[in-house]
Amino acid sequence: MPIRNTRIIGGAILLAVFAILALPAFTPAANASEAVAPVSAATTATAIPAAQAAAKATDVPDAKAVAYPPAPKLTAADYPTFKGVNSRVAVWLAAQLHLWFGAFVLAVPIFVFIIEAIGMATRDERYDQMAFEFMKVSITAYSLTALLGGLLTFILLLLYPDLFRYLATIFKSSMFAYALLFFAESAILYVYYYGWHWLQGGNKKWVHLTLGLLLNAVGCLLMFLANAWTTFMMSPAAVDAAGVFNGDTWAAIHNFLWNPINIHRLVANVAFGGSIIGAYAAFKFLSARTKEERAHYDWIGYNANFIAIAALLPLPFAGYYLTAEMYAYSQQMGITLMGGVFAWIFIIQAVLIGALFLSANYYLWCGMGRSEGAYRYNSRIKYIAIVLVVAFLVWFTPHTLVLTNAELKSLGGPYHQYLGVLGLMPAKNTAVNFLILFTFMSFMFYRRANKIATASWVTTGNAIQIALFTVGLINITLLGVYYGYFTNTVYKVAASIPQVLTTLTIIVVSTVIDTLMYKGAKEVAPLHWGRMPARSQYALFLLAVAFTWLMGLMGYVRSAIRQHWHVQGVFRDNSVDAFTPDLGYAANIVSIGTILFMAMVMFIFWLNAINSRRVAAKGYWKKPA
Amino acid sequence: MTNFLKVSGFSLLMIGGFSAYSNFGIPQIKPAPPPVEEKLELGAMTMDQFIALGGKIYNEKGTCTLCHNAMGRAPMLDKIGSVAAENLKNPNYKGAAKTVEEYLHESLVKPSAFVVAGFGKAGSNDTESPMPDVSGGGIGLSEAEIAAVIAYLQDSSGSEVTVSIPAMPAAGAETSKAGATAPLKTPEEIIAKYTCGACHVVAGHAVGSQTGTLGPSLARIGATKSREYLRQAILDPDAVIAKGYAAGMMPRTYGEQLKAQELEMLVNYLAGLK
Repeated sequence: MPIRNTRIIGGAILLAVFAILALPAFTPAANASEAVAPVSAATTATAIPAAQAAAKATDVPDAKAVAYPPAPKLTAADYPTFKGVNSRVAVWLAAQLHLWFGAFVLAVPIFVFIIEAIGMATRDERYDQMAFEFMKVSITAYSLTALLGGLLTFILLLLYPDLFRYLATIFKSSMFAYALLFFAESAILYVYYYGWHWLQGGNKKWVHLTLGLLLNAVGCLLMFLANAWTTFMMSPAAVDAAGVFNGDTWAAIHNFLWNPINIHRLVANVAFGGSIIGAYAAFKFLSARTKEERAHYDWIGYNANFIAIAALLPLPFAGYYLTAEMYAYSQQMGITLMGGVFAWIFIIQAVLIGALFLSANYYLWCGMGRSEGAYRYNSRIKYIAIVLVVAFLVWFTPHTLVLTNAELKSLGGPYHQYLGVLGLMPAKNTAVNFLILFTFMSFMFYRRANKIATASWVTTGNAIQIALFTVGLINITLLGVYYGYFTNTVYKVAASIPQVLTTLTIIVVSTVIDTLMYKGAKEVAPLHWGRMPARSQYALFLLAVAFTWLMGLMGYVRSAIRQHWHVQGVFRDNSVDAFTPDLGYAANIVSIGTILFMAMVMFIFWLNAINSRRVAAKGYWKKPA
Repeated sequence: MTNFLKVSGFSLLMIGGFSAYSNFGIPQIKPAPPPVEEKLELGAMTMDQFIALGGKIYNEKGTCTLCHNAMGRAPMLDKIGSVAAENLKNPNYKGAAKTVEEYLHESLVKPSAFVVAGFGKAGSNDTESPMPDVSGGGIGLSEAEIAAVIAYLQDSSGSEVTVSIPAMPAAGAETSKAGATAPLKTPEEIIAKYTCGACHVVAGHAVGSQTGTLGPSLARIGATKSREYLRQAILDPDAVIAKGYAAGMMPRTYGEQLKAQELEMLVNYLAGLK
């Protein structure tokens, strides 16, 4: 039996490696001249025979030789319609549901890999069990992801055949590679999951961890390929004004917004995955019947929340980078996004992110009840809460107020003399940096709650940390005030980078000091896992729901800034749904999607619950003779 | 089960709250519909109307005011007439324009020919403009529309308007271009062009297969219908519906597409089919 299993694993790994190695074959070099150039360089450097170099050069497909058609000029009659089906809503919901599940199943293996590695390093089996439990939830979601991906493709082919054909012509190689990678992903995932309890101890555990690494590599490649199709529609590369593609697959993939989206989605997926696992743990905690079960799911919930928050903290920076790149690609697109009809979306986003930060902090504060030593920090929590609420209100302040004529007259214009500035980016950047730093402070208090530092330099260490926070927060505030009130519009966003660097410096230096200072610290008392009020679990649910809804909303705006273009500037959308809907309508579709997604997630939780139930049907089975 | 209902209820409440806020907590701005390519009647336009058209394009379709406003994202253009002449002499100017009009045209379609100090793309040291080519991509102005914008910029900055109203048709003016062509000469040409035979039986001439059955047969239509009836049936097809046929099948656009001469020729021809 072990030999058979080894062969299965070996075969799966070979398949995965083959798929990864085959990928470059479907992503030819930028063009013939570029393809030859490295070969020529190599010839001079390593004296490859000329014939060999020539052979290599001819192996590379000549992208220029392929004639691509121009983007079709469609009329409303060219879009197939089905009675009672709104084409845009159908594609919208299918794409969004696929993306939610895809994000989840790609994110879980990332932190499962880290948790498994921690378990191996600490030899604490609880980590291994927790990692497996995360995978158990993810594996059911994997099937749904594939089904929804198939549904999306079917709907696109049925309702938007010309758009699908245009994109498939340009991306045919990468779509083929995607299919190969999908098989590889499935093979590795199944071996990784079903072989979990078999590949234990010694070298076998290392093989299992390597499978986890491979799973993540293939998963990320899959996501990056799919991202390229999306970003090509926003920032098409190597196309002329008529939409004729004149590059190769890599040129189409490596379009302007590809990397910013890759980074943003990778970080957001981890935060989102953590929040969904948190909801799972909360559900199991609330349904737990024993003290041990409650303690177990409390511990899982804590870790899931930690993962979600750890990824949430850098997320605003990744979002900022993406937006800055949108401006760099097209100032018109950037302004439409932030200053045009979509500007109010960012006020809704502020409400959602405020809810995320407040619920995550609330959960941490509730979690301090697990420790006997937390009373030392309880009095400070209210100040953190005040700062979080003020920061939230600043972020929430719109630039342009909705006023009646009388109000406008009494205010003397659409902007308040002092508070109007709170609607601009420097104030919002200041607010978000405060939110992040004070959430980090909550976490530090939580971490310290059950420990007593024994290092001789504790007083000095604390003083350095207080000084670091004080100077950093003053610096962030001064930057915000200076760029907010005393510079013109062009320079206002310039505050963001020094503010971000200040925040990162505080977090990194403070973490290093804290780690050194609490090395070998005494425990006040064993932590009381499971000693959590039921309401704290609803904070975890709020985190999951708010994350899902926020992803749906931001996904909408990312797609909607193309406005009446299928592919920005080259392939016009002339369907009856080419108009941009108002935000209320968009929010309602996002809500419907979120309800569908949460219903499916609850179904997965339920499947996991019945999977662990064993019923002894007395008298049903015939006793063996 | 109780927990399942509780968390489901809680989740629905949260989702409902987010939706309600988005519907009632923020203003519901109705975004403008996608721009349509307007037919420009340049032939009948005075210079004042042409300048006004330029102003409309500048503020709407051209999306110029997204950046050229008091916020400081792009240079203000209120004095562009005089500033352009100075920019032409600037050593950093890389274009080929000789006149202010040419400079403005170049600025619209090749914005990097001259970048005003401080307004270049980040990191380009003012050698590259963040402005798109207005004749392509998402803006897509035609040559006539660009000329109108130049006329508006010259006029609004107090300079002499040197642009003349182009004689050529603008983007979207394909119909008017078709309209400028000579009228069709025979009824057969008209029937062939407007594919009447796709829906009607039109006997008595040799144009394609005229055997359509979606509309009534026209083979002997002149025997039963007057000229007035036929004229009305072409211009307003749903005014009277022949028994056994559905309303709304025949296009209502022939009145705009047919020239008067063609309409009369067609009516006379049909009236003669007996």
